[in-house]
Amino acid sequence: MTVLKDATAIVGIGQTPFARQLPETERMLACRAILAALDDAGLAPDEVDALASYTMEETDEVEVAKALGLGDLTFFSKVGYGGGGSCATVAHLAAAIATGQATVGVAWRSRKRGSGPRPWKNTTVQLPTPAQWTRPYGLLRPADEIAMLARRHMHEYGTTRDHLFNVALACRNRANQNPAAMMYERPLTREMYMNSRWISEPLCLFDNCLETDGALACVLVSAERARDCRRTPVYVHSAAQGLPAQHHGMVNYWNDDPLTGPAWTAARHLWKHADLTPDDIDVAQIYDAFTALIPLSLEGYGFCARGEGGAYTEGGALEIGGRLPLNTSGGGLSEAYVHGFNLITEGVRQLRGTSTAQVPDAATCLVTAGEGVPTSALLLRN
Amino acid sequence: MLTPLVDDDGAPFWKYAAEGELRVQACADCGELRFPPRPCCPHCRSFATEWRRVSGRGRVWSYVLPHPPLLPDYAEQAPYNVVLVELTDAPHIRLVGNLVTAPGARLDSVPVERIRIGARVRVVFTSTGLPQWVLERP
Repeated sequence: MTVLKDATAIVGIGQTPFARQLPETERMLACRAILAALDDAGLAPDEVDALASYTMEETDEVEVAKALGLGDLTFFSKVGYGGGGSCATVAHLAAAIATGQATVGVAWRSRKRGSGPRPWKNTTVQLPTPAQWTRPYGLLRPADEIAMLARRHMHEYGTTRDHLFNVALACRNRANQNPAAMMYERPLTREMYMNSRWISEPLCLFDNCLETDGALACVLVSAERARDCRRTPVYVHSAAQGLPAQHHGMVNYWNDDPLTGPAWTAARHLWKHADLTPDDIDVAQIYDAFTALIPLSLEGYGFCARGEGGAYTEGGALEIGGRLPLNTSGGGLSEAYVHGFNLITEGVRQLRGTSTAQVPDAATCLVTAGEGVPTSALLLRN
Repeated sequence: MLTPLVDDDGAPFWKYAAEGELRVQACADCGELRFPPRPCCPHCRSFATEWRRVSGRGRVWSYVLPHPPLLPDYAEQAPYNVVLVELTDAPHIRLVGNLVTAPGARLDSVPVERIRIGARVRVVFTSTGLPQWVLERP
């Protein structure tokens, strides 16, 4: 991993608008986001020789390369398990560039979750192995699956709905500062949260992310080449994937300790190969498909001890000026749910100093992918 | 209602359930129980398996109460409970299921205030062979 440490940098980011429904196809949105990211970097499409994406979208790398007139590709990678793959795309490109397999890499995410199908909606087609043990009983949606862990965490550690509200509020407050966010100018109050309808008790409407159409992309090159690019380089300091022993999809109920998920595995590798510790992190972008993932991730990535993830959110800890400003573009809960790629681009903006909710002098940022599924994470620095 | 989409590894579980027996896959060499079923023992890597009958007693490890939007058959019974039951015989084996008042009863038949983590439960089977759970002290 010393090979990877600060050897590559993100030099371009791009995105489309976010909305409940956009008229363009996933493929068109992907192309627009990638062109925007290349333009941001000051690089030409025919210089791209590596692509990385993740599953649960329809945009094929062959089609993207053909449509955009990319050069000969010498590296391409598609990471599995949906939202757990976001940071891994960057990690794969970093590894490819650091080892000389490619020179200019693009990672992207394009989704039409707002207007398109969801994999669990037509559940007559059950997903394979875990589904026969869960779906017949009415455990149908990711919200149901994560709520099971959330309830147990509340029971064991005294985590409360107020703790989950703290997470939702921090994300919403940041989205209120971000004109690109779906929830810009739409404040959230504790009363709204506590009176909202249930989705899967103990999770309510505001514990769930937004269904969104939109696309994002980023461009990666070697640290050496980054010095000649248009923007301030944001270095990939450390990267990890995590698939723990005996883990089982989003229904991680069958290992010794279901409350320690993939975040714990990714975190061990991430910190082991970093010059940083959790105390050194200025701002965090933590995957928030559900508020309950934040306490679990805060514990997994070592910001607090086991069981303290709920209490950690108290006293404005996750707000700007708190001890760990969280999801500063609004995250999946309030900016857009695009399988976490907006967390990567927001991490880049923070380290460039261009966030709409800028943490003063932010120099380090943790970005994570979906907890609950085989996951990935990045430590970024400027 | 959704019926289990059975694969080769899981088929024996459902066959025994249809006969009113709760059985869990075990390694025929080292004896370790495992769930969900799979072809190889993660402890000793043996491919020899057997299906061991368990007492069908357990405790609620956690539970959720799904509300709509849901698939139609489930929405009609919502909010209902889904429980995760830790088996008394094998505490690290946890089965997803529903807490009901009697075999085949509606998924919302047990009042919510009767459900708690740690409650003792016992397995029953629907007429189609789906395991369900009833409270030991209803």
